[in-house]
Amino acid sequence: MTALELSAAMQAKKIGVAEVLQAQFTRVEQSQCNAFLALAKERAFARAHEIQAKIDAGEVLSPLMGVPIAIKDNISTKDIATTCASKMLQSYVPVFSATAVEHLEHAGMIVLGKLNMDEFAMGGSSETGHFGAVRNPWNVDCVAGGSSGGSAAAVAAGDVPLTLGSDTGGSIRQPCAFCGTTGIKPTYGAVSRYGLVAYASSLDQIGPIGRDINDCAALLEIISAACDNDNTYVMQQPFCFDRSDCQGMRIGLPRNYFASGIADDVKQSVLAAAREFEAAGAHIEEFDMPLMDEMIQAYYVIACAEASSNLSRYDGLKYGYRSDETGDLQTLYKVSRSEGLGLEVKRRIMLGSFVLSSGYYDAYYKKALQVRALIKQAYDELFARFDMILSPVAPTTAYKLGENVDDPMTMYMGDIYTVSVNLAGLPAVSLPCGFDKQGLPVGLQLIGNAFDEAKLVAAARAYQRRTDFHTKLAGGAQ
Amino acid sequence: MQIDENLIAYLEELSCLQLSADEKQRLAGDLQDILGSMARLGQVNTDGVPERSHPFDVVNAFRDDDVQPSLDRALILRNAPQQDGEMFIAPQTV
Repeated sequence: MTALELSAAMQAKKIGVAEVLQAQFTRVEQSQCNAFLALAKERAFARAHEIQAKIDAGEVLSPLMGVPIAIKDNISTKDIATTCASKMLQSYVPVFSATAVEHLEHAGMIVLGKLNMDEFAMGGSSETGHFGAVRNPWNVDCVAGGSSGGSAAAVAAGDVPLTLGSDTGGSIRQPCAFCGTTGIKPTYGAVSRYGLVAYASSLDQIGPIGRDINDCAALLEIISAACDNDNTYVMQQPFCFDRSDCQGMRIGLPRNYFASGIADDVKQSVLAAAREFEAAGAHIEEFDMPLMDEMIQAYYVIACAEASSNLSRYDGLKYGYRSDETGDLQTLYKVSRSEGLGLEVKRRIMLGSFVLSSGYYDAYYKKALQVRALIKQAYDELFARFDMILSPVAPTTAYKLGENVDDPMTMYMGDIYTVSVNLAGLPAVSLPCGFDKQGLPVGLQLIGNAFDEAKLVAAARAYQRRTDFHTKLAGGAQ
Repeated sequence: MQIDENLIAYLEELSCLQLSADEKQRLAGDLQDILGSMARLGQVNTDGVPERSHPFDVVNAFRDDDVQPSLDRALILRNAPQQDGEMFIAPQTV
């Protein structure tokens, strides 16, 4: 059952809110995916009784009223620990909720718990967190993708119908592709970042992950509502998605994304999807994506530079981990950070410090910002020709746990199709589009012009009406 | 560019980190590979291209200079590793 169907059943009083919640908790407690870091049982059942009373009184808060949701652990939840999967924040309990969380709670949704991820969202496999790797529900020996691996795995396993993730360089889309779920990375500025623990502030966005595009679109309508606390939130009014066809849409297909370095199963599934869009009334045209070989480099320079600045706040004094080692203030800072942060986070902080340092700033950071401008310009020119771009999400399907985690360059290259979207601040949806020979899901992405989420949702709806990949859950879960 | 012990020590200082010997060795190798790859950016012609630090042009957003309630001090201090009920406790600096 989708989240919208579940809410409709609750609002029609065919099933109780607490009953649904209990069923989800039972599933989570039996899960083998290590997708959850915390459950908020007492709070959730108290909320369930409140929402049930409103339903009984005939109140309608939203089409997702009563639906349980789980939240990536880098999104602040008042009175529920928010650890970013880091030892550094192991004991941190926010005193406020993120705007996106407040919006979904006002819409009558119920926060069930917090989800595992790569530490501080730095990774593409959800293996770098302090609390162990997330396992892919399609094959528990494989990664779930990252950094929102827990968010995608929990939906794929049927543990919860909807989740929130965050996407800095593909962190919603790639785990969706690996786990066979649907996700939306909204335009930069379309969803408030207030309460999202910062990794790279000019790239981060919160977005929904669910079983199909309709559930994700309904949640995005809710979380894209107003925020006074984020100066980069620019929406005049929340999204309203009513179109559901791709008739006459011009879809660009980047020829060079399929030329080399892509698994054949992924290539064939995405090309088959292109034919489905064509059959649904879209026009497909091939083109060569400029700067394909420089996107990853520009992204990692910028993301690491911003990370090195953002993560300087973890000092062992105001909140978070503090070392027992005694010494002067500088020693306390250094030792607390060194004991509290994991290796991938340290790697990115060190890289960021390097590209911002005197003597290297121009060659790396300034240059990356100029390449970012060229990428944005390239997209602007492409969206004069196309309504959207269709591409793979990742070059491969999910790989084995531990296979790449000690090889940062291989890990970083896995982001080749996703990072340019964040550099240009664009929206993209990730949709399941097939399975490889091992039965692991394959994902595609549709990239749109800024604030053109409605077109992406419409095309995604058309695609999911014609295909059934999104209806399948890992292990046949219902 | 060669990543040597001196550069790693400099980056540790800038990053406010104190790495173990094993971490230093691993990160030196990783940074060598990653920065070698990043050097590819130097081949892109960016003459006259302005730097873009943000997806869209942003301007500072001013709000009215009104007094607003702050977060509760006791709640904030709840997350501090060491505090005395009113302030964070830090090592003596003077």
